[in-house]
Amino acid sequence: MGVEARAPKVDEPVPVQIRGGMVTSIILRIRDPKSQKVYTMLADRIAQAPNFFRHAPVVLDLQDLADAPPFNIAELGRRLRQHSLVPIGVQNGTEEQNLAAVNAGFSLVGAGAAGSAMPLEGRRERANTTAEDVEADTPSHASTKVITRPVRSGQQSYARGGDLIVLGLTSAGAELIADGNIHVYGALRGRAIAGACGDAGARIFCRSLEADLVSIAGNWQVRDDMPDGLIGKPAQISLKDEKLIIEPLP
Amino acid sequence: MSKVVVMTSGKGGVGKTTTAAAFGTGLALRGHKTVVIDFDVGLRNLDLIMGCERRVVFDFINVINGEARLSQALIKDKRNENLWILPTSQTRDKDALTKEGVEKVLNELRDQFDYIVCDSPAGIEKGAIMALYFADEAVIVTNPEVSSVRDSDRIIGVLQSRSRRAEKGMEPVKEHLLIARHDAERVKRGEMLKVEDVLEILAIPLLGIIPESQSVLKASNVGMPVIMDEGSPAGRAYMDAVGRFLGETIEHRFAGQARRGLFQRLLWRTA
Repeated sequence: MGVEARAPKVDEPVPVQIRGGMVTSIILRIRDPKSQKVYTMLADRIAQAPNFFRHAPVVLDLQDLADAPPFNIAELGRRLRQHSLVPIGVQNGTEEQNLAAVNAGFSLVGAGAAGSAMPLEGRRERANTTAEDVEADTPSHASTKVITRPVRSGQQSYARGGDLIVLGLTSAGAELIADGNIHVYGALRGRAIAGACGDAGARIFCRSLEADLVSIAGNWQVRDDMPDGLIGKPAQISLKDEKLIIEPLP
Repeated sequence: MSKVVVMTSGKGGVGKTTTAAAFGTGLALRGHKTVVIDFDVGLRNLDLIMGCERRVVFDFINVINGEARLSQALIKDKRNENLWILPTSQTRDKDALTKEGVEKVLNELRDQFDYIVCDSPAGIEKGAIMALYFADEAVIVTNPEVSSVRDSDRIIGVLQSRSRRAEKGMEPVKEHLLIARHDAERVKRGEMLKVEDVLEILAIPLLGIIPESQSVLKASNVGMPVIMDEGSPAGRAYMDAVGRFLGETIEHRFAGQARRGLFQRLLWRTA
C-alpha cells in the first residue's frame, strides 16, 4: 500500500501555484555582439526551422566576451525580439555585463542550470531534426545517462531528454536532474528532480531513501514531509493527480 | 617516480597542516626524499608546526615570481636529512599563486624529490584549487562530524572534476581518507560520527584514524611534527597511516576500544 505524500488541505482554489521547473532554451554564444553577421546568420537559421525558433526562450552566453569592449545589451535583446526570439537571460557574464543585463530586464542564468552552451553553428542539426514536432517537448528517443561514481556534494548531473542512472551513492548537497526517470542504486541523499521538462509519468527509484528533496514534474517534497517509515528504505516515487506518492519498492 | 600528494579537506581547522607536517616527516623517516609545501599564502603556519619559522628568508611566492631560486627558498629540516620545507609568504594572498608558476616550481621539485606534499588552505577557492590541481594522490583529512564530512565530500568532487588529471582525462587522483581528531569516548556518547558512518558517506579507502590527543597541541607548540612523538597514540597512528600509504598492511587501531568488532576485522582484511 502506498503512502500518500502530505499535501496542504485546500478548501477553495488558490489564486497562484508555485512550482519549480526546468526550461529548455536556446543558447546563443555571442562572439561579436557588434557584428551584423550575428543577425544575418540568425535569420538564416530561423528560416530553416521557423517553428523551432518562433517565440523560443533564448539565453545569451557571454563567456567569450569577458574581455570585449562594452556593448549595448538592451539593443541586442531588441534585435533578437525582432527575429521573434524571446531573450530571457544571460549567463557567464562579467559583473558589469550582468548588471547591464539585469537593468535591461534579463535574468541571470547559472551556467549549470542552463546546460552547456552550444555555438550557433552546432544548432543546425538539432534545429533541422526537431523542426517538425517541436511542440511535443519530450524527444522521442531519449538518451540514458549512467554514472558509475558517487555523485558528491556540490555536483550536479542532468540527463537531458532521458533517464539518469546512478550506480553508487548520491551525497547530501548533490543534485540529480533528469527529463525522464531517476534510478539510484546506492543511497539517495541529495536532491532528485525527475520529469524536469514536465513529464508527469517520470519516477524516482532508489535503494535507500534519504533525500533532502524529491520532485517530479515540478511537484516537490522535502525530507521533513516524507513518511518516516520509508527513510533509509528502498522506495519509489511517482506522481498521481499532482501529488507525490512515495511507496516501498516491492 | 616522483609523486605530488595534496593534504586537503574543504573545511578549516580539521588538521591539514598537522597532517602535512606529520606525513612529510613520516615519509622522510622511511627514507624517501620529501618536501612539504605551504599553499596557505597569507596564513603561513607550516613552518611554525615544523619548527623552522626563524629560518625563512625566501618563500614559495618569491620562487614563483622569479625573485629567488628554489634552492634559496627550500629549508632543510634539522632533524631529518631527507626532509625539506618550502614555506609560503605571510604578506601576500592567494592571487599570488598562478597555475604556470606552481607548475614550474613543482616540475623543478619533481627532479629532486620522491614525494612533494602540498598543504592546502581551507575552502574551495583559488588557493585550494592550486594546491590540488597537480596532485597525483590526495589525503582527504576529515573530522568525525557532519560539516567536516560534507565539506570533504565536496572537495572529493572538486578533485574529480577540476584537478589536472581530471581535466586531461588521465587516471584519476588516488584518494585516501584520514580521520583526524577521533575521540572514542565522544563517539560512544553519540557526539561524534562513527567511523563506519563517515566511510559510508565518503566511500573512499581509509588510510588511518588519528585519535584526539594532547600530544598534537604540545607538538605544534614546540614546532615538532607529532609523528616524532613515538610515545603518543596520535604519533603512532600517523606512522601507521604513512605505512599504509606506502602500501603496507597495518591493522587499524581504535583508541580506547579494547574489543575488536566485526567492522575492524573487515578493515583489517581489506586494508
